[in-house]
Amino acid sequence: MSKLSLAVFLVFATQTLCAQSYGIGRPATEAEIESLDVTIGPEGRELPDGSGSVQEGAQVYEVRCKECHGESGAGGDHAALVGNPEQLKQAPPIKTVGSFWPYATTLFDYTRRAMPFEEPGTLTDDQIYAVTAYVLHINGIVDENATLDRESLPKVEMPNRGGFVRDPRSKP
Amino acid sequence: MKDSSRRAFLGAGAFAGAAWISCQAPEAESPGADSGPSALGAPVRRYGERSPYETSARGVRDSQTPEAASSRTPLDKTYGIITPSALHFERHHAGVPEIDPATHSLTIHGLVDRPLVFSLDDLRRLPSVSRVHFVECSGNSGGEWSPAGAPTVQLSHGLASCSEWTGVPLRILLEEAGIKPEAKWILAEGADACLMQRSATLEKALEDGLVAYGQNGEALRPEQGYPIRLILPGWEGNTNVKWLRRIKLTEGPQYVKDETSKYTELMEDGTAWIFTFEMDAKSVITSPSGGHSIDGAGFHEISGLAWSGRGKITSVEVSTDGGETWTEATLQNPVYSRAFTRFRFPWRWNGKECVLQSRCQDETGYMQPSREALIAERGRVSAYHCNRIKTWKVGIDGSVSNVEA
Ligand code: HEC
Repeated sequence: MSKLSLAVFLVFATQTLCAQSYGIGRPATEAEIESLDVTIGPEGRELPDGSGSVQEGAQVYEVRCKECHGESGAGGDHAALVGNPEQLKQAPPIKTVGSFWPYATTLFDYTRRAMPFEEPGTLTDDQIYAVTAYVLHINGIVDENATLDRESLPKVEMPNRGGFVRDPRSKP
Repeated sequence: MKDSSRRAFLGAGAFAGAAWISCQAPEAESPGADSGPSALGAPVRRYGERSPYETSARGVRDSQTPEAASSRTPLDKTYGIITPSALHFERHHAGVPEIDPATHSLTIHGLVDRPLVFSLDDLRRLPSVSRVHFVECSGNSGGEWSPAGAPTVQLSHGLASCSEWTGVPLRILLEEAGIKPEAKWILAEGADACLMQRSATLEKALEDGLVAYGQNGEALRPEQGYPIRLILPGWEGNTNVKWLRRIKLTEGPQYVKDETSKYTELMEDGTAWIFTFEMDAKSVITSPSGGHSIDGAGFHEISGLAWSGRGKITSVEVSTDGGETWTEATLQNPVYSRAFTRFRFPWRWNGKECVLQSRCQDETGYMQPSREALIAERGRVSAYHCNRIKTWKVGIDGSVSNVEA
């Protein structure tokens, strides 16, 4: 074995050694990860293609959300989806998408993962962009002609964006 | 005892012999109709059930969406430090999924060198540990922010339970996948209908995170995340993601709904504390407690539970005079870190009205606060993480009730 190939062999051997100590678990394929990884972070880098307008969202809302979240997000059997930050200082405070949520991307992420409550995962990405636009509109955050997509949604500024501080009790 | 040893024992001395005979008196009588059971008992069975005389149960409130609801542990009807799995509190956001372990797996991906998939068999092959830890919903005792407080310990503190969890240290799985230096956080996701997600620090994951498949000697209960759940010891319940199917390593937190809209603590100026992970030290007297009735003056053991998300409980003090004087209670050994700790306190009730309280301290020196102290620190609207001292009043008739504090 030449010096060079010995060095290459050693590097390779240590790499496999560091690689896995137990050799248990199989590699995840890219396709598997793609189908599992629905996470959308605050910068929205992972947002899918597609788009939806406030007007389209009003229709989605009417059919898929209103029975639980009330007329124009006023709340009913379940959480109100409309409010403003001033309501955080009243007693008792009211926390809603409009008054409390720091990121608009979270609304897309949560609706896509978990709503409508009884049949999550049944809306298309276009419908989710649309209903997200609608919920932001009824909170006065985007105007009635807005259309949202992967570019515009992360740029939406939420009123309470600066309202969160790290818990001083916890370690960083 | 065999005959020969009995004789040897009798020979050991008249006094000892007499004592032995009196202890064994029933054996000397001829078997009569009332000396023992006359009918055969039930045969052996494959999976045990409790006695039909035992009726303790989780407390469930009516809800329009019982799939996004909670049930509470009857803490005053459990003994020691372990919560029976069937009585472990529940808090679900989209119901309890039915998962076939043969088709379930855990994927580790994101900022790793080699994304990996672990089957249940894979997880069970890896080095395992068993640890006793409480899990507590951060909304537990939320009603105690108000002066009135809840009438029973099940209602006031029942969103906390303690189990022996068995599983693989999360560190092993993450290192197996190779942690990239940029990774600072993890995102854990469940396989329930809402794909419950929470962000947690990589530091915590490596320190004592556990991917648990065992609870109290058997597989996790479906309500507790069968077949696998995340355990982040001492951290608010919701981060202990059930039905775990995926862990993604990330640079920062993901600000998902359940770490922004929910499980953050509003201060009175309108700002909110985010990532309030550790559960503060808390204790409560479970016996006697609200709704109980003390059966006459004389000896009664006061007993309760204490726990801290920051380590071991080092002391619990009990007051029977509404906080005027405090006396150290006895802690059940061993005391585990981030686990229920049982305390006991011998007490002679004089038959007069009195006020019972407990307060605990953990190994960081933190002392459980009164309601006023808690409100001074965090206001009245933070909703979560209420750990104030709980007060029970004993009336002259022996009835025990919650008292405003
Ligand atoms: C069957 C009733 C039902 C329907 C229909 C429904 N939701 Fe919900 N929604 C709920 C429940 C219940 C929760 C609380 C879930 C939990 O406990 O985590 C919720 C929570 C939410 C939240 C979080 C509120 C907050 O402030 O934390 C949002 C946003 C939301 N829903 C949006 C929608 C949208 C958009 C639709 C239509 C696409 C929809 N929901 C349809 C029942 C419903």
